[in-house]
Amino acid sequence: MSEPKISIEQVEHVARLARLELSAADKERMRRELDAILSYIDTLQALPTEGVEPTSHAVPLINVMREDEPEPSFPQADMLANAPEPSGEAFRVPRIIEE
Amino acid sequence: MLTRLTIEELGARFRRGEATPSQAAAAYLERIAALDGRVKAYLTVTRDTALGQAAAADARLAAGRPLSPLDGVPVAVKDLLCTRGIRTTCGSRILETFVPPYDATVVARLRAAGAVLLGKLNMDEFAMGSSTEHSAFFPTRNPWDLGRVPGGSSGGSAAAAAGDLAAATLGSDTGGSIRQPAAFCGAVGLKPTYGRVSRYGLVAFASSLDQIGPFAKTVADAALVLGVIAGADRRDSTSVDVPVPDYRAALAGGVEGLRVGIPAEYFIEGLDPEVEAAVQTAIAVLRGLGAKTEGVSLPHTRYGLPAYYLIAPAEASSNLARYDGVKYGLRAPGGRHLVEMYGRTRAAGFGAEVKRRILLGAYALSAGYYDAYYGKAQRVRTLIRRDFQQAFERVDVLAAPTTPGVAFRLGEKTDPLQMYLNDILTIPVNLAGLPGVSVPAGFTQAGLPIGLQLIGRPYDEATVLRAAHAYQQATEWHRRKPPLDPAPR
Repeated sequence: MSEPKISIEQVEHVARLARLELSAADKERMRRELDAILSYIDTLQALPTEGVEPTSHAVPLINVMREDEPEPSFPQADMLANAPEPSGEAFRVPRIIEE
Repeated sequence: MLTRLTIEELGARFRRGEATPSQAAAAYLERIAALDGRVKAYLTVTRDTALGQAAAADARLAAGRPLSPLDGVPVAVKDLLCTRGIRTTCGSRILETFVPPYDATVVARLRAAGAVLLGKLNMDEFAMGSSTEHSAFFPTRNPWDLGRVPGGSSGGSAAAAAGDLAAATLGSDTGGSIRQPAAFCGAVGLKPTYGRVSRYGLVAFASSLDQIGPFAKTVADAALVLGVIAGADRRDSTSVDVPVPDYRAALAGGVEGLRVGIPAEYFIEGLDPEVEAAVQTAIAVLRGLGAKTEGVSLPHTRYGLPAYYLIAPAEASSNLARYDGVKYGLRAPGGRHLVEMYGRTRAAGFGAEVKRRILLGAYALSAGYYDAYYGKAQRVRTLIRRDFQQAFERVDVLAAPTTPGVAFRLGEKTDPLQMYLNDILTIPVNLAGLPGVSVPAGFTQAGLPIGLQLIGRPYDEATVLRAAHAYQQATEWHRRKPPLDPAPR
């Protein structure tokens, strides 16, 4: 058995970063599955890539500029229409500052 | 039967006054009502929208003023394309009630061309999957064998096109999600060059890979649909401003003298022998039509899948950060403070595959692993691109299998890695941003469709489509229909 690629603590850490609540059973299953996937992905490490430029996009991107002119945007009511808890002209959320 | 006709045939009937768009829309709606309970390609059927659009098309055609070759043609789109006023779920509970206030650019272009919208098609949640079993609502079934998957993630789009439940459909392809289900369902599926089609209004999965494209009954129909949806869009700065040729006209000319490369690395160990035999026969057909074939090498092919499973989840973990229960979609109850509300909402709203990829992406991007994983994958991506560039110095188009096997049974692949291996022959094309098409190229003994994949240079959809069309003119595979008829008792 090789060393596990990822521990339960690491799963908990990235789940926290991703704002994703996981049950204990979820954590263990995710750990196992991510471990298998990461082991497979490790085949990349055998490939030398020193001096190779990274490609972040398949096509060359150029900055697209337009005149800085105001244009109509979506009506506020349309933007609030899908909110689970709209309140007047705002999105209502649970408290942010802890007691 | 109007639902059997290609777009070209249907358009000809409209112009001759032998049928009306309203009759075509009614025929498709009737067929959906009769058969989709078994296939389950649709998440939402937009009956009233379709009938209204069809009536307007009737009037235009009667007055001799069709908007385009798609005017009055019934189509449907994958449920990750925003449709104004029509629920768009992306196959996810987290967007189950989302009604977009705007149309995706491709949807707006279909509307402007006079196409009639039949509805929204099922998909793997957030386009993550190879079987449409990861839809949060229900799996779609393969029209050739209802016990098998249609492929994914555009399984609903492929099944609808193959099962004559729409004249043509749109899907999206991030790692093969148009070509793989097209191969599994026996439809034509085209992934255009990255940037050829605007992604504005597409619910993003992996933004540097996602591309929208058509499913159709024939290559000629796919060319017509691409002509309508292609072209730069000021709302998507990654859409590319290069001229859009007349794809339909570009189909003429055949393949005499065309140089077709056969990539050795696409004929992998584990390739289904029936798939291999059918693809070799298809290549012989192209040769018989005057194409010159030669072996080429794409040595980094085997690194495509692992590189993809770092790049795509990394981009997904970032794109899916917007589902937080505040602005739209689901909010789970009981969160005492904001962060707890986020965590619970996302736990309740996302399925297992989406969670897996979010975690994998967050891990690959996290401090300490970024260079070893994400940076490495982006360098490998460069090598894969170079492989293709070198091959295209010698040949005009590449021919290969679309998938290593044919449609598998529902529930057959439970291990995520086994599922991922389905896309091993399609993913490199996404990493390099190239156009690729899958066309029906035979059937197994058991009667399951096999796909031939043709891959082209950037922005050279015309050559890919021309080769595919020439092949289709010389073969009959695309004329076979799945055994859905007669309607169930």
